[in-house]
Amino acid sequence: MMVVIRSGLERIGRGFFNILITLGFATRLLGAILKESGMCWRRFSMIRRELYFSGVLSLVLIAVSGLFVGMVLALQGYDVLKRYGSEAALGVLVSLSLVRELGPVVGGLLFASRAGSAITAEIGLMKATDQLAAMDMMAVSPIARIVAPRFWGGVLSMPLLTALFSMMGIIGGYLVGVKMIGIDEGAFWGQMQATIRFQADILNGLIKGFVFGIAIALTAVFEGYDAKATPEGVSAATTRTVVFSALAVLMLDFILTVFMFRGV
Amino acid sequence: MNRRAMDMWVGLFVVIGFAAIVFLAMRVGNLTQVGARPGYILQAHFDNIGALKPQAPIRVAGVTVGKVESIQLNSKTYQADVKLKIEAAYHFPKDTIASVLTSGLLGEQYIGLDAGGDSEMLKESDTLMKANSAVVLEKLISQFLFSKASEGSPSTPGATK
Repeated sequence: MMVVIRSGLERIGRGFFNILITLGFATRLLGAILKESGMCWRRFSMIRRELYFSGVLSLVLIAVSGLFVGMVLALQGYDVLKRYGSEAALGVLVSLSLVRELGPVVGGLLFASRAGSAITAEIGLMKATDQLAAMDMMAVSPIARIVAPRFWGGVLSMPLLTALFSMMGIIGGYLVGVKMIGIDEGAFWGQMQATIRFQADILNGLIKGFVFGIAIALTAVFEGYDAKATPEGVSAATTRTVVFSALAVLMLDFILTVFMFRGV
Repeated sequence: MNRRAMDMWVGLFVVIGFAAIVFLAMRVGNLTQVGARPGYILQAHFDNIGALKPQAPIRVAGVTVGKVESIQLNSKTYQADVKLKIEAAYHFPKDTIASVLTSGLLGEQYIGLDAGGDSEMLKESDTLMKANSAVVLEKLISQFLFSKASEGSPSTPGATK
């Protein structure tokens, strides 16, 4: 009996230690990236390449998802608002939920699964095929050459993708609300403009997107850098990237929302 | 993919991203109308403002002519001091009346101005002469109940209909 309890406690303790070690390593990696990102900022074409792979290639996915999320929001919102006779507030409902929450959060989740997993797989495969070790041998820092540009590419892409997601969602809400259902166009935009404040809503949404970008990009490069150098290790790391960045986005979203919108 | 094409795509991505931010700012957040338009401040003292909030619209005949700048409690009179920011293009007579109104049954509250007939116009930081409070539903109901009760009771024959 005692042995069972003891081994169980030991397992919990070891798991806890492993989490701490992982967190510490991730923090150290973030420090190293910040320290060694001078090179990729000076040679911006390195970041530009990553902007292409994480930003441009996510464009269509983000735009189409945003459009459909906005359209569904408008349909569902109309159904509820109709009961209170305030269909005109549909624009407010769609834009407020998109700009404050859905743009950063759903955009972040899509970005994590589209771009984050790709970054992890790329870095993990480089590690598995000893490319990172070879770079180290040639006195080229893999952090400066490989990790930092991918990190900054992800961080810079996210706010722009967030804004794009919100915009496409509002356009989708407009198409369904005004063009399909037939809500008054003036009321749709007018109530939206009277309610949404640039600093409190839009800017905070973009800040959320930026913070989520840091979390996703760091998770992605960390999991790739930390992956076991085997095919199974790379595939497990890719899965972990999607799972952990999704969890990080949702938890950070709660924390940020508490700070940003508590008094509103 | 050659380098020029990649540059072009990244450039397009950045342009689209910033266009989205500008769209949100202008079309959704209406940034152009908040602080940019010049205007002048009027003051009004309300006994009760209901659920009026800063940034609520000020309307005349349904047309938005400004926004509520700030709301503060006057600690001497215990009235709500409301600062109204009116767009510079609009001018109103001295005897204009402000009232807190509600758009729709559950809608937002706004300030409605009823223009008077005075030949003199209100200037920067003038105070409106009369300000009608918001209708508080509980007070309205209790007034109605009281009048019904006094109407219906036979013990007070002097009650007016």
